[in-house]
Amino acid sequence: MAINWYKYASPASFYTLAGKMVPLFTILAIGLLVIGLYIGFFVAPTDFQQGEAYRIIFIHVPAAWMSMFLYVVMACWAGIGLAFNTRLSSMMATAIAPTGAMFTFLALWTGSLWGKPMWGTWWVWDARLTSELILLFLYIGFMSLQAAIDDPRRADKAGAIIALVGVINIPIIYFSVQWWNTLHQGASVSVNQAPTMASVMLTGMMVMVLASWMYSIAVILKRVRIIILERESHTAWVAELRKKGAL
Amino acid sequence: MFFWIIQRDLLLAVRRRSDVLTTLFFFVIVVSLFPLSVGPEMNLLRTMAPGIVWVAALLASMLSLGRLFSSDYSDGTLEQMLLSPQSLSILVLGKALAHWLVTGMPLVVMAPVLGIQYDLPADALFVLVVSLLLGTPVLSLIGAIGAALTLGLRGGGVLVSLLVLPLYIPVLIFGAGAVEANMAGISYDAHLSLLGAFLLVSLVLAPWAIAASLRVSLE
Repeated sequence: MAINWYKYASPASFYTLAGKMVPLFTILAIGLLVIGLYIGFFVAPTDFQQGEAYRIIFIHVPAAWMSMFLYVVMACWAGIGLAFNTRLSSMMATAIAPTGAMFTFLALWTGSLWGKPMWGTWWVWDARLTSELILLFLYIGFMSLQAAIDDPRRADKAGAIIALVGVINIPIIYFSVQWWNTLHQGASVSVNQAPTMASVMLTGMMVMVLASWMYSIAVILKRVRIIILERESHTAWVAELRKKGAL
Repeated sequence: MFFWIIQRDLLLAVRRRSDVLTTLFFFVIVVSLFPLSVGPEMNLLRTMAPGIVWVAALLASMLSLGRLFSSDYSDGTLEQMLLSPQSLSILVLGKALAHWLVTGMPLVVMAPVLGIQYDLPADALFVLVVSLLLGTPVLSLIGAIGAALTLGLRGGGVLVSLLVLPLYIPVLIFGAGAVEANMAGISYDAHLSLLGAFLLVSLVLAPWAIAASLRVSLE
């Protein structure tokens, strides 16, 4: 069965599609979250080195992965929006940014909560921590640029350019920070050498990763629906919805 | 046309000398504030010097970005540039280079004097100058993207810093790193090669991004 992609490139039809998808992904997210947290707290054994404190990886690792992955997805949508002038793609990029920034912040926050009992310090200038922090700056830059521009079409395009410049820069920044870190030989602790994990821990983590995916999809679709309504409020189909009392 | 743009921007800068001097004195003042805040301990200052000079150079070149397009924008010259049959990328490359000559170059010339204040040895001063010479054009090129995107926005100045400073980080790391490597007695070739690579990549990609940003902002 071929899906007619062009049909769903129109905000009006995507609005209805997203409306059907949001509950589905919300249920999946809640279900996986409950399973993942259950495995994380009750099934996974206590780590013999790190004690109970390691359990924060069930939040920390998915958050860190999502933070990086969502930036790339955001830049892809922004790039598609810039190249093909599809409004919906740019709206997707705008909708992704807050979720990405939230996961970046969560990764930094849980990372420092983990760092305190493990390394005895809230923060080290480790390559990963530093590049995660810079990623947060990139998200904030994208969001504040879009917030500063009143005309939504200009905001879309300007945001797309800065997102694409950022995505070219991410590998450069990452390797710069890594080399900077090895040059300084500052951090005495390395997070690169993760101990091999028990498979039940890995399972728990993977379930949590899936839960984060589902959560992101649900929240982003919900947000894109709101953005669509906001921008299309002058159109006939929104007026129709309003008349039907669907809003 | 490329050289004409450079010539014109330089002429404008000569007519308004105070703009150039403001940036330069900002650089000098920021660098001079550090000994006052951390104390005049010479050994400490010497180890901090490369980082301080580089951060001050970053801030100084960022501060002057607001003027890069704004006067051309307000008097309509920028619109004419967009309409001209010349490639916009070449024109903005000229503007970015003129901006570097006006703001980056004085910093490079001034840096050794400030380095002496921090008691840097002579060969470290040389590396500092070379690293600034390679790095500051990158700052002008990347900064021009931010300046073009925030053209005519309220609060554009603060916004530029949010957009541009994270992108400046690799230049900062290797610029300051080259000097530190030299002072630590290790080879600094890799740092300078990387700075050169950043310069080449940004020479190729940045004009295109600046031109696209200007088109978005002036639509």
